[in-house]
Amino acid sequence: MSPRVRLGLFGVSAAVLACLFVWALTGLPQFGAFQGEYGRILNSAAGPERHVTNVVSAVTFDYRGFDTLGEEVLLFTAVMAVALLLREARSGDERRADAVRSDVVRAVGLFAVGPTVVMGLYVAAHGYLTPGGGFQGGVATASGLVLLYAAGRYRAYRAASPKTLIDFAEGTGVGTYVVVGLAGIVVGGSAFLENVVELGVKGTLASGGTIAILNAVSGLAVASACVLIFHEFLEELMTAK
Amino acid sequence: MSFLPYALAAWLFFVGLYGIVTSRHLVHLVVCLGVMQSSTYVLLLAIGYRTGKKAPIFTSGVPTKVGAVDPVVQALTLTDVVVSVVASALILALVIEIWKRSGKLCRCSAPPCSAQPAISCPHGSTTSSRLRSRQP
Repeated sequence: MSPRVRLGLFGVSAAVLACLFVWALTGLPQFGAFQGEYGRILNSAAGPERHVTNVVSAVTFDYRGFDTLGEEVLLFTAVMAVALLLREARSGDERRADAVRSDVVRAVGLFAVGPTVVMGLYVAAHGYLTPGGGFQGGVATASGLVLLYAAGRYRAYRAASPKTLIDFAEGTGVGTYVVVGLAGIVVGGSAFLENVVELGVKGTLASGGTIAILNAVSGLAVASACVLIFHEFLEELMTAK
Repeated sequence: MSFLPYALAAWLFFVGLYGIVTSRHLVHLVVCLGVMQSSTYVLLLAIGYRTGKKAPIFTSGVPTKVGAVDPVVQALTLTDVVVSVVASALILALVIEIWKRSGKLCRCSAPPCSAQPAISCPHGSTTSSRLRSRQP
């Protein structure tokens, strides 16, 4: 197909799609006037029911916790697929020189590693209290580790994130989510992902019941997934000729 | 002006789609897919917005009487972001495989990008060679 035909075909189909899009938008509520009852009820119920202050986390890890389990499994599957595609018998072990040569960049970058990791852990730990959560904090923590490579040495980065540990952490993060869910059936005796832990005092770190646990294990899963993906791509770069 | 967030979502979607259709480079295609996916974030957050309301985080400093925007679409957006990131990673892994097997990442007839997976693709040289071959 020549580019011109392709573009013409796209023009026609995009026009049709745009019409459907506009038609669908006319059925949506006016911007700023959304009246969804589900969200409104959750906003007023999450605090008293689950003792959390961040309702988004309550939705993610409790009210729609089963969806998040699906998301975790998807994350796990995608990361495994990346590893399966890229982690093959690599020929040669040519290690390229570290990318950073400037001492200033190295010093500032390495200085930022600690604060970045601490900030990531902070965001993850307070996920059910303030804006943030396991997913966001996990990514921030992983980026701190990646900074170790970007500003420092490849060897230091490898030493800080051994592959077996990261693989283990990834599996543990997703597996614990399922275990906590099953605990709702076995211990709680009612439903999958039913809360089985003391709800605690609202507004403190010891609150939220299973939300706190699921938040933490999601953070672990996401952080190790990011590091694992980065690992695989970096290995490609290092062994490429 | 209330339609602007929806218009932005539509713009991101169609710009990304246009990029995918006209893309000549596989990495460029993944970036376009990312632009397209970001339209769903804008759309979801725009739907759940309530004018004058706060974020759905009820710490002691926030007066609860003001009310908050919809938390469900925000949780959906969170899922959306995570999924799009790992999907991009998976596609990029496939791109690496393609590059390893065929030695090229772009739809160029000439062999310009065999040695290194460069982002830019010398379109000019291929079109000019095509034009030259047309001449008798």
